[in-house]
Amino acid sequence: MLAIVGPSGSGKSTMLHLIGTLDRPSAGTVRVEGHDVARLSDRRLSALRAHRIGFVFQQFHLAPGRTAVDNVADGLLYTGAPVRERRDRAAETLVRVGLGDRLGHLPHEMSGGERQRVAIARAVVGEPALLLADEPTGSLDSASGAGVMELLRDLHSAGTSVVVITHDRDIAAGLPRQVAMRDGEVVR
Amino acid sequence: MSTPTVSTSPEPASPTEPPPSRLRPRDVARVGGAGLRTRPLRVFLSALGIAIGIAAMISVVGISSSSRADLDRRLAALGTNLLTVAPGNTLAGGTATLPAESVAMIRRIGPVEQVTATGTVPDAKVYRSDRIPAEESGGLAVLASSLDLPRAVRATLADGAWLNAATARYPAVVLGSTAARRLGIGAAGPDVQVYLGGRWFTVVGLLAPVALAPELDSAALVGWSAATAHLGFDGHPTTVYTRTKDSAVEAVQAVLAATANPQAPNEVKVSRPSDALAARQATDRAFTGLLLGLGAVALLVGGVGVANTMVISVLERRAEIGLRRSLGATRRHILLQFLAESLLLSALGGAGGVVVGIGVTTVYAATQSWEAVVPAWATAGGMGATLLIGVVAGLYPAIRAARLSPTTALATA
Repeated sequence: MLAIVGPSGSGKSTMLHLIGTLDRPSAGTVRVEGHDVARLSDRRLSALRAHRIGFVFQQFHLAPGRTAVDNVADGLLYTGAPVRERRDRAAETLVRVGLGDRLGHLPHEMSGGERQRVAIARAVVGEPALLLADEPTGSLDSASGAGVMELLRDLHSAGTSVVVITHDRDIAAGLPRQVAMRDGEVVR
Repeated sequence: MSTPTVSTSPEPASPTEPPPSRLRPRDVARVGGAGLRTRPLRVFLSALGIAIGIAAMISVVGISSSSRADLDRRLAALGTNLLTVAPGNTLAGGTATLPAESVAMIRRIGPVEQVTATGTVPDAKVYRSDRIPAEESGGLAVLASSLDLPRAVRATLADGAWLNAATARYPAVVLGSTAARRLGIGAAGPDVQVYLGGRWFTVVGLLAPVALAPELDSAALVGWSAATAHLGFDGHPTTVYTRTKDSAVEAVQAVLAATANPQAPNEVKVSRPSDALAARQATDRAFTGLLLGLGAVALLVGGVGVANTMVISVLERRAEIGLRRSLGATRRHILLQFLAESLLLSALGGAGGVVVGIGVTTVYAATQSWEAVVPAWATAGGMGATLLIGVVAGLYPAIRAARLSPTTALATA
């Protein structure tokens, strides 16, 4: 479990996009599971994202008119799993993140902390090896934020590598390893 | 801490290939439909554009096919074997006449089944009463008529009775439908009289409109003998109506002129009234083409509306595109999603348009008491055009969406 910490504009989001294969490096090499990201085709990068990497965003990015289960099931949409299996696994994952009683709720019926848990469930429903969280607590009050961090720690202890991007030094300090960034450079 | 999967070391770890991203065809439709469900008003309005175009085209085709089908039915009922013979012009330019014996001669042509004639009584005019000024003749002709005329031209009586051997000798008249209306006569009867050729004639019957011989509608028909006796009719027929065996219509048409007037066959006009009806239909066809063009323009405008909606949709949903890319969607999946959305949008409009078009045709046909006919090719063509428009209108926005880099898509959220 790793924190990438730095003030805004320090390049930490770019770092996350590079790790998550959403962007390709203009110089240097990024390897994910031994694959050189710069040389992979769009199809193979997408395959990596579909099966190996989960994303959590500050703004949750939940589809507004769809239930928690459907939102989480979308995490498996591009694996080609049939809709039944997607929904079953989505329900299981929601139970795992502590939202077993919110399966049929729409995003606007849930609190910010619950929404972020739904987003996390969507990111981990495919059991990725790597979970990338971009300011996961940025839109939450501190109590909900603490709950979300607790959940990420639990996922980590269950075997997922977790990278948290934050500008909040307190949150970073709570994680076992920190990478500090400033002006696009890793400083520590 | 678990094994880090991100490595910046130069030596590659043994690459394990994840299975490729896959989006099931059913999910393509589902994802495309989900995009529409969240914006129902916009979907309705842009589908409406397509629907109007399709409805216009379907109803134009439907109405003209229904009218054509109705004409075909009417022609089948009336028969296409009616030929008429009339005097043309002499070489000198004067009006020719048919010999008085032409009816008898035509009757001798083998395949001719019925022959009947009318003769214009040139100097007689018909008036409602003797108080009407002579020049207000209302454009009505007075015709001397054979007794078997209604059978040959399939004329039916709206009221009263047709002339018979008795009334044909007396001042009795049967009025065509237009003539009756212009003279203000609604019913026949022994006390209903018109002032015809300087004396009173009793109206014994009124004809219903005659489709194959519309010239009878504006005529007052009197018996052949009455015309000769009272109106100074010279006995020359001016129109001879013949019914021929269906198989021999062309052959009879070829010899009619020479038979009717062997001395001057070039002074005889032979025509087939059912051809004239069919020709009128052909001129309607040009009008149909014009309306169809207008429908196509409406459809094109509808297509532009769909394209516009899709462009806006892509702009508004950049975050969604970014998210989908992060979930493992390939560029192709994004392209397919927006194409599916555009296709569904225009298919919705197309289906609505077909329904409205069929409805318009049915209602219009009902007001004309036709049977509604919407050809299958029009429906299929309409839906085909719709789908084509969906693809064309959606292609550019979908390509834009697919080309969007995931990071820019997410950054604009």
